[in-house]
Amino acid sequence: MTSGLVFGIAGWSGFFVMALELLGGRILAPNFGNSIFVWGALIAVFMMALAVGYLLGGLWSTRRARVRDLGWLLGLQAVTTLVSVLLSDPVLDWIFEHVEDARYQSFLAATLLFFVPTMVSGMVSPCAVRLLVPRAPLSGRYTGLLFFVSTFGSAAGTILTSFYFVLWFEVNHILYGLSTVSIGLGLLTFGWSDGTAV
Amino acid sequence: MTVYRLAAVLGLATMVLSAPEAMADRDVLHTERSLYQSIVVYEQGGLRCMSFYRRAVRGARQTCMKVANPNDLIFDYTKMMTAALYVVPEPARILVIGLGGGTLPKIFEKLLPDARIDAVEVDRAVISVADRFFGMRAHDRLRVHESDGRVFVKRAIGRGSYDLVVLDAFNQDYIPEHLLTQEFLTEVRQLMKPGSVLAANTYTGSALYAHESATYGAVFGQFYNLRAGSNRVIIARLGGLLSREELQRNADRHEPALRPLGVSKDWLLSRMSTDVDWRRDVRPLTDQYSPSNLLNNHR
Repeated sequence: MTSGLVFGIAGWSGFFVMALELLGGRILAPNFGNSIFVWGALIAVFMMALAVGYLLGGLWSTRRARVRDLGWLLGLQAVTTLVSVLLSDPVLDWIFEHVEDARYQSFLAATLLFFVPTMVSGMVSPCAVRLLVPRAPLSGRYTGLLFFVSTFGSAAGTILTSFYFVLWFEVNHILYGLSTVSIGLGLLTFGWSDGTAV
Repeated sequence: MTVYRLAAVLGLATMVLSAPEAMADRDVLHTERSLYQSIVVYEQGGLRCMSFYRRAVRGARQTCMKVANPNDLIFDYTKMMTAALYVVPEPARILVIGLGGGTLPKIFEKLLPDARIDAVEVDRAVISVADRFFGMRAHDRLRVHESDGRVFVKRAIGRGSYDLVVLDAFNQDYIPEHLLTQEFLTEVRQLMKPGSVLAANTYTGSALYAHESATYGAVFGQFYNLRAGSNRVIIARLGGLLSREELQRNADRHEPALRPLGVSKDWLLSRMSTDVDWRRDVRPLTDQYSPSNLLNNHR
């Protein structure tokens, strides 16, 4: 039961990251265009943010392991994303005015707006592994399953966002919706009485 | 999780780009894989064309010129673009966004010897192919800028205005979605002054038609809507459209120069419609809502 929730959160986190990355391209385009380096900057920032998130999540997981910590991470993911949405216009305009090179413009913008929410999303996976793995011999199996779920979530987030969400909704509304799901899923963890998995 | 994702994207890209060539009856002069597309330059039946497809795909030609008469206008849409000169007969400063083979900058350069032209193209490879194979030479009066169109426009605001802005960054297969939004057109509008004209090469035959009409209408009000086959050109003017007599007068003025290039004023004037032939209850495209390519796939 609890491991189902943990897998669900890991899958959702993967979904969230890819939706944010695709919409990030949309948010940067009005100021910096759609050139290849804009996407390069965006992807690089997401990779670095995930890398740092994996590292921090792993460190955090050695201290303690509670399902509700994942809930906190989802809440933080939602709040930092909403802050980025609200600040995006002034931040992008400031960078457009003050930075000359278009490559560094988009790199700086992607860093300021998307690094933190993506890093927080990256922290989910190692914490989830800590909650799921009962004993060392099974660690590979559970880690493999977790990677499967979270990467599958990423694929779903990519497809649904680029095929359907942008056709049905505005960019900001999609981000509000994603953040709402994160908060809802996060609140669910607080209802888990034992607070630990397995 | 993301390494696999990247590998999948790269794998797909390789499959698409390495499709086998099937251009047996064409004389291929040049192929190049640029950052944005595969560029093929070929000659066939006296025409030299640039295509962004390696395979022969119907309607996928970007630009063509007659080898014997390089200035002749071949496509209906380029002919319809010249109708902009019926609305602003003597533009002193012209901005062309999207270069292709440079057909439009070359035409304006030829017809308007005093005009200063800025052409903007995001793909460096297209700029050099236009120069090498289509005689599109940059010089003092005709400057070519390597830039994203939207970024160029944003940077140009407050640095003088253009009398004519030409949007030719769209083709049947791909729309740069950030160049088809209300916000972008509002930025373009800031580069214009009363009497300035915008001419845009756009689409017919999909759900995009109505959305696009709503978008241009929201920024410019009434516009001339020219159609021929699957081609559509929108021509808008800041400060209201012209009377039929004024259009006729400007058309007469350009007729001696345009006629030899294959453009007839009767053909063009009869197409300068202001009728609304699209659904009015659709939302304009914005930076928040711009699924242009998806809409263009909905027939």
